[in-house]
Amino acid sequence: MLSFIFRRLALTAATMLAVSLLVFLLLELNPGSVAVKVLGPYSSEEQRQLWLEANGYLNPLWQRYLEWLGRMVTGDFGESIRFKVPVAEVLWPRLWNTAILAFWTFAVLIPLSLTLGVLAGMREGSRLDRAISITSIITTSIPEFASAVFLSAIFVFGLGILPGTSAMSNGFDPLQLILPVMVLVLYDVGYVTRMTRASMAEVMTAPYIRTAVLKGIPFPRVILRHGLRNALIPPFTVIMLQINWLLSGVVVVEFFFAYKGFGALLLEASLNQDIYLIQACAMVAVFVAVTTQTLADIGYTYLNPRIRLQ
Amino acid sequence: MTDMTMPAATRPVLELQNLRISYFTRSGEINVVPGLDLKLYPGEAIGLVGESGCGKSTIGYAIMRYLGQAGRIMDGRVLFEGRDLYALGDNELRTLRGNRMAMVYQDPMSSLNPTMTIGEQLMEVPVYHFNATRSEARERALAMLEEVNLPDPASIMERYPHQLSGGQQQRVVIAMALMAEPALLIMDEPTTGLDVTVEAAVLDLIAELRRKHKTSIVFISHNLGTVVRICDRIGVLYAGELVEEGPIKEVFDDPRHPYTRGLLCCVPTLDADKYSSPLTPIRGSVAVPRQRPPGCVFAARCEHRQDGTCTTAKVAMQYAPASLRHVARCARQDELPPLRRAAGDDDSGSAGEIRHEDVVLRIESLKKYYEQSGGLGLVTGNKVEVKAIDGIDLKARRGETLAIVGESGCGKSTLAKVLTGLEDVTGGRITLDEVDLTDLGIDRRPDDVIRRLQMVFQNPDSTLNPSHTIGYTLERPLRQFANLQGEKLHRTVRALLKAVNLPAEFARRKPRQLSGGQKQRVAIARALAGSPEVIIADEPVSALDVSVQASIINLLAELQSERQTTLLFISHDLSVVRYLADRVAVMYLGKIMELGRVANVFAPPYHPYTEALLSAIPVPDPNVKTRRILLEGKPPSVLDRPAGCPFAARCHRKVGPICDEQEPPERRFGNGHRIACHLPPADLNKMESVVMQAAAAE
Amino acid sequence: MSMTEHAAGHLPPPRLIRILRMVGLLRESPVAMIGAGLIVFWIAVAIFAPLLAPFDPNVNLQPFAKPGTPYAAGSGVFWLGTDHLGRDILSRIIWGSQTVLFYGFVATASAYAVGVAMGLAAGYYRGWIDELLSRLGDIILSFPILVLYVVIIATIGASGINIVLAVTFASAPAIMRIVRSLVLEIRERDYVAAAKMRGENAWYIMLVEILPNVRGPLIVDACLRMGYVTITIGVLGFLGLGLPPPDPDWGGMINEARSMALAFPHMTVLPCIAISSLVLGLNLLADGLREISLRD
Repeated sequence: MLSFIFRRLALTAATMLAVSLLVFLLLELNPGSVAVKVLGPYSSEEQRQLWLEANGYLNPLWQRYLEWLGRMVTGDFGESIRFKVPVAEVLWPRLWNTAILAFWTFAVLIPLSLTLGVLAGMREGSRLDRAISITSIITTSIPEFASAVFLSAIFVFGLGILPGTSAMSNGFDPLQLILPVMVLVLYDVGYVTRMTRASMAEVMTAPYIRTAVLKGIPFPRVILRHGLRNALIPPFTVIMLQINWLLSGVVVVEFFFAYKGFGALLLEASLNQDIYLIQACAMVAVFVAVTTQTLADIGYTYLNPRIRLQ
Repeated sequence: MTDMTMPAATRPVLELQNLRISYFTRSGEINVVPGLDLKLYPGEAIGLVGESGCGKSTIGYAIMRYLGQAGRIMDGRVLFEGRDLYALGDNELRTLRGNRMAMVYQDPMSSLNPTMTIGEQLMEVPVYHFNATRSEARERALAMLEEVNLPDPASIMERYPHQLSGGQQQRVVIAMALMAEPALLIMDEPTTGLDVTVEAAVLDLIAELRRKHKTSIVFISHNLGTVVRICDRIGVLYAGELVEEGPIKEVFDDPRHPYTRGLLCCVPTLDADKYSSPLTPIRGSVAVPRQRPPGCVFAARCEHRQDGTCTTAKVAMQYAPASLRHVARCARQDELPPLRRAAGDDDSGSAGEIRHEDVVLRIESLKKYYEQSGGLGLVTGNKVEVKAIDGIDLKARRGETLAIVGESGCGKSTLAKVLTGLEDVTGGRITLDEVDLTDLGIDRRPDDVIRRLQMVFQNPDSTLNPSHTIGYTLERPLRQFANLQGEKLHRTVRALLKAVNLPAEFARRKPRQLSGGQKQRVAIARALAGSPEVIIADEPVSALDVSVQASIINLLAELQSERQTTLLFISHDLSVVRYLADRVAVMYLGKIMELGRVANVFAPPYHPYTEALLSAIPVPDPNVKTRRILLEGKPPSVLDRPAGCPFAARCHRKVGPICDEQEPPERRFGNGHRIACHLPPADLNKMESVVMQAAAAE
Repeated sequence: MSMTEHAAGHLPPPRLIRILRMVGLLRESPVAMIGAGLIVFWIAVAIFAPLLAPFDPNVNLQPFAKPGTPYAAGSGVFWLGTDHLGRDILSRIIWGSQTVLFYGFVATASAYAVGVAMGLAAGYYRGWIDELLSRLGDIILSFPILVLYVVIIATIGASGINIVLAVTFASAPAIMRIVRSLVLEIRERDYVAAAKMRGENAWYIMLVEILPNVRGPLIVDACLRMGYVTITIGVLGFLGLGLPPPDPDWGGMINEARSMALAFPHMTVLPCIAISSLVLGLNLLADGLREISLRD
């Protein structure tokens, strides 16, 4: 088990290294375009040459990559072109805001989808199962921006009970979190529910459930001890991977509701060609995603005695 | 088995009254069991036998009242200790299940919860049925594990199912079923899928526990031999109907239904071979219950059918003359000719004379090692060497059938893969006539070499590409090997189909429209397409029903002798090998333990492993007794192979430490019969035959 | 199946019959029928856009008209209203279906071409090819998908062809994973060994022996993925990273009208309904097909 964790961590580090190379190549392969982005389209050729020289952009590619990597690892992401401050200064508060949004999303998503999934999968083909399944197909078919539009139309335009933006300009307001969380949950709950349902349904047809029933133990015990314990292993991984998905979802939701989070920051950086901010956002996002993936893998191994005790 | 005659007054433990079971699918009702009557008295064991699809498992689950959503009882009753099971409430039913009636399942691995320890799973029974405390439950579980002969029960309690071998898992399932001392035990193919030596040990255990606990048993199996070992009575099922039922000895001595006779004649026995007594397959395949005929269900496949007598009205059960317990559902049972069962023919060995020493395929100190990564196979990881084949020498002669026999994991299938070039060779040499195949993986073999050595695979469901028609499947090798085109190509395809007794229209069909036996025929035809010199057949009949098995075996024997092809027949089934092969190599853990003519290998002197294998075979004849040899422990894994004889750890005739330390010498007994064993030849020669007729045993 | 005696009788039934049989299969699942109905509806709308659209989608006619307002300066009615520039929303939705379906299909097909090729190679050859492709896929898939799109589009700019490229780059690894796992399973089947045992080359085995047997799950996945690509195209349009204006595209319509959404909900709600119904159609079809395939 320990050697597995060690190997998994090594793999994580290797993935991060490869990702950094990819990001670097995507954004900094051509120094000329970096100069244009930093100095603006109206800078002169001379200015750009001077800037490139001053910032070490005339060094060979590999040397630039290593220096760049060193800065990334130490948290020195450079200066934001748009905000005119070090990237770190804008990034961390925004990330914290997104973490709050993510926390509430998961706090609703996990119990809701697991309950629905288990209820549906327990009796495959029942009316409840069909209702839950069809509903989850419908909700996963509505993109986040569309459900944001629909929910705003209902709760803001129609009923007028919720605020339509979540800028939190007058301090933290829990009311302003409701719509963003609803949108994120609505889109994702269907997927996690379906995964849980499939897992539960498969477990319920497994021969060891038959053994448990024919052993004469009470049905609730069959479900809880024999069914759930096995059925929840795959959804665990699925839920961990939703953090990766959430980092996508927040771009849309934060943009729509003007929430000052990481996603809106990335989009703003991208629309303004703020190259260092884009790099930092991408690296941080991938770091979070890869770390949760690693935790998911380790957790899966731990939950599964068949792998744990090999 | 002692024949326990029960006083007629005793109340049956289980009584099925006109039980009628149907499944409901999207295409409507399928009546699987049309009406079954059966009584089981206390302490009695009845074997229900039949081929796949005959409804035997359905009956087992119907008795447990566990038919799933699609299954339904249409009529009749299941009385357990006098109570109608289908009239009970859920709670009453729950208190019976696992307590008064319990079940043992076919696949023990998947029947145990993978995320619960063995102890937890066993302890549930007393905890929920007797309100036992955890320590009481634990004690009971430990005692039960001891009783099913599991070593070190305390440590087994803490383990998870995947940490046990298949045989150990099945012992755990049996222990679980017996935890509450049930009155009735349903066993659904409890030894199917286990190796023959493990199967024998589990069967012995069941027989012993049965004597001790006086539990009534419904023993469901497709294997007549296992039923003989366990049961007093046998019921033969065909298409959901009981066609014959009675005490084991009476049924086997005088089978009165043609289907029972067919079942007995289509399995090879240890004393029959293809020269002395050809197998008689049952023609056709098991009837689909949807098309239930008005008369006898078996009529369509019966060679004794008489239109009118057999095909118009339902046939009733009739008692055999002078018997109160043996019944059969055949209208012509008194007119059937006397049964000719393959009788032991002592000079049968002479028929398998090999005329010349023309070696086609030569295998010299062949080795195949795998690198297996320990752990989860991620980027790094410790590599472990698995020696699947560890230095074997074999020669296959032109036109002979050479069988390779052994239990799972002995390396026999790896041998097939290495010979065909599907896997690389680690060491040694393979030559086909003058061509050195050693370094010719399949990708590097010239087409003509590939053509000369062909293969028939095990699984009929995966041997044919489901996307291609049979015609395409057969055309392709003809194009590749013989460059045939147009009308000539189609003519050859038809000829190939004819050679394997399939109609020419089959060329247009897709594999899913074929039965298992038909698919295997196509696979044989495909292997024959290039007129190969050597055909390697890897367990070609092990996935087939016995009645179909016989016809495929006969087909192989026929084609092989017609075309003088060399057949390398790989099998775990000694009876089939005995029947089909000219020579046999017995493999264990990647080495050949014994090699020789079939008659020599199946008679003393034996290698101790061969002796154990032979003694383990469940013989479908109550008059044949085998000398029981119990093997200790489970086969050592190929990972920690012992330095000396691979069989030493389990051997019942172990000489001493020498067996563990030194490679056994090869003892030669003439006629090419070789045994790799430390036992001196004199001792080997003193061995007695494992199989004996009852008359001799008494 | 007709049993006509013919020299080519060994061939499977003609393609048309097989397609008809597939459609027949759909009848067994109401879910799949509804899904297919929605898709056929939008395909018809896209094909007959010139006939169906009442107005030119890019002409400024009469700004901020509510649904049902008649066109003051000419004949016709703005059934679904107009946007802030006075363009007819119904016409823009109708013409926009062309854009969405075209790019959705092309991007999905392109991702599939790359993903299937990678998956076949990785699953069939295994060894270092598999290791290389799988690691490459892991790296791409470790990006939160939208982060990847934003980075790519920020680098190469927003255009139709770039969207296709970005979708291919981001989705091909996921397709590769599915194909690879299917191939790993199929390549162990005996019929693949049998093909090797008659000297077939790797291409033949991958394309003729393996690929036809993985098409079932792949068709289901392709429907789901096309729905997902549709959403992606919508999201990129919504974020202002999509197709350049003024040609109508559903996501872009929502983006442009976003600031006015509270005053004029019809400008945003209607394109959202359009895109959701198309995605729903694809998802329902996928679900129905999966259910049908599980029955056999």
